[in-house]
Amino acid sequence: MTLLEVQGLDVHHGQLHAVRDFSLAVDAGQTVAVIGANGAGKSTLMRAIAGSHSPTRGSITINGADVTRMPAHQRMRAGICLVPEGRRLFKSLTVEENLDTGAYRAAAGPWNVDAVMELFPWMRERANQNSASLSGGQQQAVAIGRALIGNPKILLIDELSLGLAPAVVKQMYALLPDIVASGTAVLVVEQDVSQALAAADTVHCLLEGRDVLSGKPADLSRARIEQAYFGLTSASGQTVGKGH
Amino acid sequence: MDFVNTLVQGVMLGGLYALFAAGLSLMFGVMRMVNLAHGDLAVAAAYLVVVLLGSSFLPLWLVILIALPLFALIGYATQRGLFSRSLKAGPLSTLLVTFGLSIIVQNGLLQAFSADTRTIDFGALNTGAFRLGPISVSYLGLLTLALAVAVIAGVQLFPSRTRTGRMMRAVSDDADTASLVGANSRHLYAIATAIAFGTVALAGIMSGARSSFDPSMGPAQLIFAFEAVVIGGLGSLGGTLAGGAVLGLTQAFAAQIDPSSTLLAGHLVFLAVLAFRPQGLIPQRAV
Ligand SMILES: Nc1ncnc2c1ncn2[C@@H]1O[C@H](COP(=O)(O)OP(=O)(O)O)[C@@H](O)[C@H]1O
Ligand SMILES: [Mg+2]
Repeated sequence: MTLLEVQGLDVHHGQLHAVRDFSLAVDAGQTVAVIGANGAGKSTLMRAIAGSHSPTRGSITINGADVTRMPAHQRMRAGICLVPEGRRLFKSLTVEENLDTGAYRAAAGPWNVDAVMELFPWMRERANQNSASLSGGQQQAVAIGRALIGNPKILLIDELSLGLAPAVVKQMYALLPDIVASGTAVLVVEQDVSQALAAADTVHCLLEGRDVLSGKPADLSRARIEQAYFGLTSASGQTVGKGH
Repeated sequence: MDFVNTLVQGVMLGGLYALFAAGLSLMFGVMRMVNLAHGDLAVAAAYLVVVLLGSSFLPLWLVILIALPLFALIGYATQRGLFSRSLKAGPLSTLLVTFGLSIIVQNGLLQAFSADTRTIDFGALNTGAFRLGPISVSYLGLLTLALAVAVIAGVQLFPSRTRTGRMMRAVSDDADTASLVGANSRHLYAIATAIAFGTVALAGIMSGARSSFDPSMGPAQLIFAFEAVVIGGLGSLGGTLAGGAVLGLTQAFAAQIDPSSTLLAGHLVFLAVLAFRPQGLIPQRAV
């Protein structure tokens, strides 16, 4: 059965139609990427799946159970956990306390504070430091750790590489196979196309809230992805994604 | 020896103010809200104890053991049903809602109990004192001070030592992100309010045993609590204890010099702190 299924999702910010008729499926053990330029609606989509923002139409199911109207704080139990854009660590909590918040409503599973500290040994030395004193990459690691400790069925990551040095981005992406191997599917959102293409089993390209191109990375040519990403006119003379 | 005596009385009075202020400080620290009905709730708790004592054969300690959890429960329900709605609408609306609640509680008490003054009968504790050399230390004052220290230590340790407390801080930092790890901000805020209502009920009961009360006393209690919080430093519980002591000492010494200037002296110290050290004596650490 499909782990996460999003069907015909519409999400609005007031009058603004930020996500339009979007569908996506993630199976257990898969890594799926959604790419798109700034403002394409990626964060809005992720927040709708995580329950922070109510969709106006469409459905979201986890293992067949409908969670479309479930409040955000219950979705952790349903198996969804989002690493929000910009990390959003709790600024008055230490590194260890930040990780521990993930355990508050955690499901049973392989991840706990110790397992995360095993993965990132530097966290042990900094356990009692304020999270604001960390570098961007370290904060991203804590944010991912915090989410993993909940043992979600699917981990959503909004802009894994945002604001990180290329070498750190590489390290972050190197983690994904370990996470998937532990039994958690990953849905990652990116502006950085090349990393996402290399890591994902399936990729969706979002343009002005629409899914304008999707498939396996190997089946998609670089040129088509660029067209979809920037909304450029395609060879056949149609404007990708602009048709109504 | 007069000096030492006044010092002791002042610190014990400060303990009572700090006990009043603990809940106010907690609610401000977690939700950034000021509950203007805080003092009236204390008075209501004192009346509840008087009624329970008068109408039943329950011993005092059992009555108090019933009243405190009951107030905590009322706090939980008030937060979920009333304050959480107004918090969404902004700080001004929260002030108005708690102001309205204050008026409702005051007038409800006036309606039910008339304007006559009452006291809670603690038996021998009401008047008992022991002598420490030339100084007279009242049992009630000492008990109140001990309770204030215990309550403030508890309320201070809870957010750092328990997972629920840590989640409360997380929600206070960023409720939206906290919901992603499963925190229901309305539930966690309601726990904070439950603690605040429980502690202010205890303060009201101790105060009601120390001196007489009537339905209109709430706002004055609120002002002392508020002054203790501001003198100590907003949102800092250790500061609240210090603030209560400063206020109590000021009033005790002023009463020695001129009894009619007691309250005025307290207010002047409060204004001086606002003017020269607005962050308070012990500025906020994260709650
Ligand atoms: N809270 C908000 N209120 C109003 N409009 C918003 C809000 N958040 C995002 N938007 C708008 O929705 C669109 C999609 O934004 P977003 O989902 O953040 O895109 P992305 O994450 O792909 O950069 C943008 O036009 C943005 O301006
Ligand atoms: Mg975004």
